[in-house]
Amino acid sequence: MELYVKGFLIACKGIPATVGVSLFAILIGASLGLLLALARQSKVKLLRGVSAVYVDIIRGTPMIVQALIMAYGIPQLMQSSGVPFKWPELIIPAMIVCALNSAAYMAEVVRSGLQAVDRGQMEAARSLGMPKKMAMRLIIIPQAIRIILPAFCNEFVTLIKETSVLSFVGVIEITRRGALWNSQSFETFPAYIGVALAYMILTIPLTKLIGRYEKKQAVKGA
Amino acid sequence: MAMIEIKNLKKSFGDNHVLKGIDQSVEQNEVLCIIGPSGSGKSTMLRCINQLEVPSSGEIYIDGELVTEANLDRIRTKMGMVFQQFNLFPHMSVLDNLTVAPINVKGVSKEEAEAKAKQLLERVGLSDKVNEFPRSLSGGQQQRVAIARALAMDPEVMLFDEPTSALDPEMVGEVLDVMKSLAKEGMAMVVVTHEMGFAKEVADKVIFMDGGYIVEEGTPAEVLGNPQEPRTKDFLSKVLV
Repeated sequence: MELYVKGFLIACKGIPATVGVSLFAILIGASLGLLLALARQSKVKLLRGVSAVYVDIIRGTPMIVQALIMAYGIPQLMQSSGVPFKWPELIIPAMIVCALNSAAYMAEVVRSGLQAVDRGQMEAARSLGMPKKMAMRLIIIPQAIRIILPAFCNEFVTLIKETSVLSFVGVIEITRRGALWNSQSFETFPAYIGVALAYMILTIPLTKLIGRYEKKQAVKGA
Repeated sequence: MAMIEIKNLKKSFGDNHVLKGIDQSVEQNEVLCIIGPSGSGKSTMLRCINQLEVPSSGEIYIDGELVTEANLDRIRTKMGMVFQQFNLFPHMSVLDNLTVAPINVKGVSKEEAEAKAKQLLERVGLSDKVNEFPRSLSGGQQQRVAIARALAMDPEVMLFDEPTSALDPEMVGEVLDVMKSLAKEGMAMVVVTHEMGFAKEVADKVIFMDGGYIVEEGTPAEVLGNPQEPRTKDFLSKVLV
């Protein structure tokens, strides 16, 4: 039992890194995702194209590969072309990759949220003399955010779990903490059970919260 | 000068020619009611006036000014629109529904906009709903808020797109009463409606549309009381029981 507690406590030391990367990623990802979603609806063909290609590339490749490219590939490329470049901390490329990744997913979430807002809302706003951008900002986006919120939180839960692959590029988050202790102590089972528990104390309360919000919204809508 | 002048307005959705050449005008203080069977183009005509539907051809003049893409947002502030489905902003209180456009579009101060909003809510009989959200109101109350929201922009003409069609029968009266009082005060109005009683009582002019044309127009007594065209007679015989 002691070993399990120890494994859990060691894994918990990785929580700040895991939560930090996930929070940064979800916030940047959501903002970037909103821009991508708006670009997707743009009249400008180039913007629509860039947005679509970006989403395809990110969703079409595993995050671990993106992380390897960002953390190791890019410094190598720059060094081989004569630019001395090294990430000061591996957590920086990790955050960037997670943010770029989450942006692609959030773009889809935001797009569906914007489309779910009734067409009459835009018409009402325009009929009051609002230019399109103002109508988006004051009327459409605030409503879309409410629709999106559960999916947004689900994406956060997913991110918390997915950041575990960052342990492969050397970020010392929850999974990495457990793996390091395992390699010292060979207490493999307690080490990884501890890791699993550390993720659960993050994800389960969040999931419950989302469920409660969705129930509340359902009651309001009825 | 006419408040609204419509010249040779045509609108097609693909091969579907909904409006086939409409000429019409609305004077200041005039109430124009548009009646006709569904699919006759009456709502489309109304929506073309403030360009929620972009006309395929033809011209719209508001206050003598030709509506173009460049002046559209400004001209829209002269026209209040009331929708069949109310389209209140569900994420805002009743008060904010009324103030959001005056504050952000016209640059009116918050205090001034709120004072005016409260005055308008009193006028439509909803002073006690200032801080409610739209979802807690009945359909009739929502539509009255929607009318007040449009009035908050100080429009010169009000456009109504079947304002009572989505309401339970017992709520139709309260909305029509607000509209009648507006008409009495001299507001120019264009009303697409199935409420023949309202048209008879309030309209200065009634037009009957069918198949994308104006088939017949005149005073309520002429069009509703003594229709000349067979299509008008046929339609009225079905709706006036």
